[in-house]
Amino acid sequence: MSPLAPRLVFGDVAEGDLLPSLPYDVTATTVVLGALATRDWRPMHHDKDFAVQRNGTRDIFLNTPNQAAWFERYITDWTGPHGRLGRVTFRMRDSVFPGDTMVLDGAVSEVGVDDSGCGWIGLDITLSVEGDVKSTCSARVALPMDDDDNPWHRGADRWKP
Amino acid sequence: MSTIEDARKLIGVPQYEETGEFPVERSYVWTMCAAVENGNPLFWDEDAARELTDGPIAPPTMLSVWFRPHHWAPGRTHEHHPLKVHFDLKERLGLPEAVMTDNTMVFYEPVRPGDLLSTRQILRSVSDEKTTKLGTGCFWVIDVEYTNQKGEKVGVESYTGFGYRRASQERASQERSGGADRGAS
Repeated sequence: MSPLAPRLVFGDVAEGDLLPSLPYDVTATTVVLGALATRDWRPMHHDKDFAVQRNGTRDIFLNTPNQAAWFERYITDWTGPHGRLGRVTFRMRDSVFPGDTMVLDGAVSEVGVDDSGCGWIGLDITLSVEGDVKSTCSARVALPMDDDDNPWHRGADRWKP
Repeated sequence: MSTIEDARKLIGVPQYEETGEFPVERSYVWTMCAAVENGNPLFWDEDAARELTDGPIAPPTMLSVWFRPHHWAPGRTHEHHPLKVHFDLKERLGLPEAVMTDNTMVFYEPVRPGDLLSTRQILRSVSDEKTTKLGTGCFWVIDVEYTNQKGEKVGVESYTGFGYRRASQERASQERSGGADRGAS
């Protein structure tokens, strides 16, 4: 078995680098699939009448754990499988509804190596609809230092997320 | 209904320690990856998973999924409320509506199919009463800690919630009670 080469190593990345945009057309299916996949059975994520009458929103909307999964996918599409998430923070500002085209954009906010030799990058990511930011995510992600490194092989004593 | 001061007595106290109803399921990993079209080979390619992560793992951001139960299970006698401390606070403070405004997840040992995770919830803070465009209520921060069956920490989530009364609910409540007990519910 030949070793998998990292798609991205720490030295490839500089502060200010932009990640490619990811546009995605949200449908009711997107919302419901994500709600069920995260076992979030609350009705405002699958029942439009409930969402409109109880939440006062115009439709069902993406739930938080589903957005987390979208952010993870966006990050690891870029880093490849060697990228190991250490920490993510999201803030929801407004809801994302069926019919919206959501666009994920990201930028590298910092790069650094910790005292155990692990290479970390900070990412600031936005999820927008028609230019309005609906939620933001800041992430701390470990990247391999070189082709032979693998952040997933760091044990608890060498993993400082 | 109790006061904000009463609610703050629970700050730092581990609550609702429990072990998952199901082990971490690989098919649920695929359901999640399919829902967001996540093609990361760690979750789909046995060779990649063996080489990079010593076998299959679950997407880190699925951490909270493993404690949201399936919609129904035979013989289930109690209603499980994920993030129960959040719902307790709504009830305790008489706040009928709530939103989550902010969510941080920190990831430690990878979660693997077959793992049986345990969790506990710890209230970290409760704000004074505040008014936002949604209504009037309180912000709070709750940590949810997760460990695997070997006792290894796999992650910690911190949630910021805002429990509130809409302006219309506040008026109705005041009318019912003559304004003496604003949050009765």
